[in-house]
Amino acid sequence: MTIRHPLFELTYARFREFLREPEAVFWVFAFPVLLSCALGVAFRNQGPPDVLVGVLQQGPAPAVTELQSTLSAVKGVRVKLVDRAAADVALRNGAIHLLVLPGPPVTYELDASRPESRIGRFVVDDALQTKAGRRAAVEVTDRLVTVPGSRYIDWVVPGLLGMNIMGTGMWSVAFSVVNARMRKLLKRLMATPMRRADYLLAHMASRLIFLVLEVAVLLGFAKLVFGVPVNGSYVTLFALCLLGTLTFSGIGLLVSSRAQTIEGVSGLMNLVMVPMWVFSGIFFASENFPEAMQPVINLLPLTALNQSLRGVMIDGSGIAGVVTQIAVLGTWMLVSFVAALKLFRWR
Amino acid sequence: MSASPSSPTTAAAHGATPAGAGAALRCTGLVKRYGDVVAVNGLDLHVRTGECFGLLGPNGAGKTTTIEILEGLNSADAGDVEVLGLRWSTDAATLRQRLGIQLQETQLNDKLSVAETLRLFRSFYAQGPSVDELLARVGLESKRDAWYGKLSGGQKQRLAIACALAGDPALLFLDEPTTGLDPQSRRQLWDLLVDYKQQGRTILITTHYMDEAQVLCDRVAVVDHGKVIALGTPAELIASLGAEHVVEFALKEGRVMPAVEQLNGLPGVRRASVTDGRGTLIVSHLHAALPALLATVADPDAFSLLTTHSATLEDVFVSLTGRQLRDA
Repeated sequence: MTIRHPLFELTYARFREFLREPEAVFWVFAFPVLLSCALGVAFRNQGPPDVLVGVLQQGPAPAVTELQSTLSAVKGVRVKLVDRAAADVALRNGAIHLLVLPGPPVTYELDASRPESRIGRFVVDDALQTKAGRRAAVEVTDRLVTVPGSRYIDWVVPGLLGMNIMGTGMWSVAFSVVNARMRKLLKRLMATPMRRADYLLAHMASRLIFLVLEVAVLLGFAKLVFGVPVNGSYVTLFALCLLGTLTFSGIGLLVSSRAQTIEGVSGLMNLVMVPMWVFSGIFFASENFPEAMQPVINLLPLTALNQSLRGVMIDGSGIAGVVTQIAVLGTWMLVSFVAALKLFRWR
Repeated sequence: MSASPSSPTTAAAHGATPAGAGAALRCTGLVKRYGDVVAVNGLDLHVRTGECFGLLGPNGAGKTTTIEILEGLNSADAGDVEVLGLRWSTDAATLRQRLGIQLQETQLNDKLSVAETLRLFRSFYAQGPSVDELLARVGLESKRDAWYGKLSGGQKQRLAIACALAGDPALLFLDEPTTGLDPQSRRQLWDLLVDYKQQGRTILITTHYMDEAQVLCDRVAVVDHGKVIALGTPAELIASLGAEHVVEFALKEGRVMPAVEQLNGLPGVRRASVTDGRGTLIVSHLHAALPALLATVADPDAFSLLTTHSATLEDVFVSLTGRQLRDA
């Protein structure tokens, strides 16, 4: 019988333990694919969205009819005749973006905080003014272009990849560690000559095996079904996923270094992950947050990972283009692993 | 009844323990406190190479704390520990390679098979038997591909012992290895340990089963309240009762229990006690004591209980502490 290195055996054991947990396999592989599928369907490229306009039935019938027919002729505008009560409901729940009251003067009712309402106002106003004889003062022409990676699905897939690397990295490490602590398995391992660092490293290493599968499944799916491009090199992309995985399993070890129960560690995990879900730009850009917060947001490991994944997939950056993000991730990885090794409760 | 710490074997046998060569394990003046609770209170032990040494006592006597200090998993507040002539402070890495340890509450990984678990544990040690040898030694060959979570209690415990044997240890620590097992599983485990002992290896075992100690141990230390209160071979300890039989009896409601002095005066009785309406006579001559007891009570219908058995370590514990092991 060949005796292999403990690090190999620990990693292999961890790998098998995970594979034999059907729920875990679902959350790691099936869930991100289902999520990107749902998002892809919701945000698929369908051209510019229609403007939904309501025309209020008030005043003389010919004026209402004329208004309706004028607007119906405009491309990208859908018109609906409504009475007052129906108009209020439709405005409130977004069934119409804009309500037009026949004039004179013609009145627009809209919620100015809704971008689609403001766009609707300009489209409708332009149509009415043109009909009444207004001519353009400046000659303009539109040229429509498709920027690579400009679709929402192109933008969100790197974010999903980052979120998945964070979630599976942290959860799988934390559950396994706390479970072993609760079963007194950690204490039993301490009674052997096993090196402590080997145990922690095995958790990080076993993640790498899954990473290949996780990334391949999600990216393969996104590419085949939605045609999401990878404009940079696959090697760079994979190296970043690897770094992200090591970083988040390190943070997972740190989070679970002292927790005694699954409930306890779940709370801590949420404390760490929820802010990153919100701030790190998974579903919407982190630039939406105030300028003053940006330096802090940029130091979050998931922000760094998402930025670098988008850099490679969308902008086609090489390593040089994402070196700041690599530095942020590397620092998190080293600090969390060393701190976990120091703080870890083995009993 | 009071404890009798001055019974012949306690102090005498302890003091007579030969020092020097052949010591697998030695500790002196061990103290461990948890807040106000003193778990171990000045405990001394000397385990010889090649013997199976039992730490006996009720739950909460400090056995587990003691064994964990000896295993280097817990630190003592005071006292001196030497294992295989080495010390935890300086030789931990060497000691880890040479000790086999089974802990009381460990649950191994549910989703790993028996062989996978053993391969993992074996990988931690520089030398030791192969996985197949380990499987054979604990009789789990037919279960090699079964997941730990699917094993019976006895099989789990045998696997725990196989893990402890993975490094071919010079000294094996077992903490209540048969607690919660059915009688057949306990016997299987005992057989396994007897085999191991016959290879000249040293075992330190804690248990609160006196029959287990009687079967397995060359010497036992009876521990109560964190102290050794008696030490010797099982036979010596039983002999210290000065009698071979124990009579237990109880009377039906309304009947008057004879006074302890009266019972002590009966022929063939070494020591009598009455606790909670239950009389216990430690008896050297059963044929004399039993008729005398019947004559004292006078009415044969008055007994709700009357049994006799050969004296065991259990009776030693009762005689030393005045308490039963199980409810102590």
